[in-house]
Amino acid sequence: MREPAQSGRRNLLHALTAGVFLCACPSTFARTSSIAVHSSAPDFTRPSITNHAPVHLRAFRGKVVLLNFWASWCGPCLAEIPQLVIWQNRYRDQGLQILGISMDDSSRAALEWVHKLSINYPVVMSDPRLSLLYGGILGLPVSFLVDRAGVVQRRYDGSIADSHTEQELVRLLRESSAKPWA
Amino acid sequence: MPTQNTRRNFLLHAPVALGAIALALDTSRLLAESATTIPSSALLEPGFVNAQLQRSHAAPWKILQVGFHSMFDQKHIRGAIYAGPASQPDGLALLRQTVSSWPRTQAILLYCGCCPWTHCPNIAPAWDQLQSMHFSAVKVLRIENNFGADWAAKGYPVA
Repeated sequence: MREPAQSGRRNLLHALTAGVFLCACPSTFARTSSIAVHSSAPDFTRPSITNHAPVHLRAFRGKVVLLNFWASWCGPCLAEIPQLVIWQNRYRDQGLQILGISMDDSSRAALEWVHKLSINYPVVMSDPRLSLLYGGILGLPVSFLVDRAGVVQRRYDGSIADSHTEQELVRLLRESSAKPWA
Repeated sequence: MPTQNTRRNFLLHAPVALGAIALALDTSRLLAESATTIPSSALLEPGFVNAQLQRSHAAPWKILQVGFHSMFDQKHIRGAIYAGPASQPDGLALLRQTVSSWPRTQAILLYCGCCPWTHCPNIAPAWDQLQSMHFSAVKVLRIENNFGADWAAKGYPVA
């Protein structure tokens, strides 16, 4: 049984996230782009901004990976991250791995928000090459949903902290086949 | 006891609530100086700007990107000058330095496009900066979603 206090805390976090999003998300977000969708997720290795350990995308083979491009200067990015933290906790055991990719010009500001938002998944810094590998990140937030076989299933331009994205994520998590990445 | 429960609940939830409020305020700091403060008479739509760039041999404005280097490095409007993120002191300093020797009647077009228009942290500070320096012919490119969706994806000129 969940403790009432724990449940209350969770509800408050949900309410905050929903509230921030009601204010922060214009309905005009373009939500899709064909760039890189249905092809293998380009592999990369970048150092974690928290402990400098190398983070290899390929190391997450067999998991559903949510790549989230964000930056400390992007209000809608910061507003959606608490929901990503919840998803990482909720679906970790089912094989979800979220990976944050900061578009900040330096890691200092990004690191500050990693701590402020208690981000519970690895965060690395982007660079022009990595951005171009993913079709160009010319506005934020942008996220990619990668299935267990390493294929990009969706690109989201705009905020993703909604039930529709969660349903897509859960659908991919239920696909148990873990084909090796190409 | 109901009173004890109420006190216990308050003690448990108050720190979380205060933390949540602090986070919301911190986040709203980024939304505080909104692009919506720029007068509509100064705003130009991407389609119009693209048409002007196609029509004239030389761009009718000096075009300044006042966003982040990580964006500019990938793609920017052809001919644009990187002038730094105006939401940050270093960025504002670079903007001042870039325009300092220009005549105050110089036609200038500012753009950013890092984020949706109402959440862009850079465009309003850049506008304010040029106003305070008495530039009289400043226009602003109104980018609704982001530079990728509203400019690059439409095939408008980039470098």
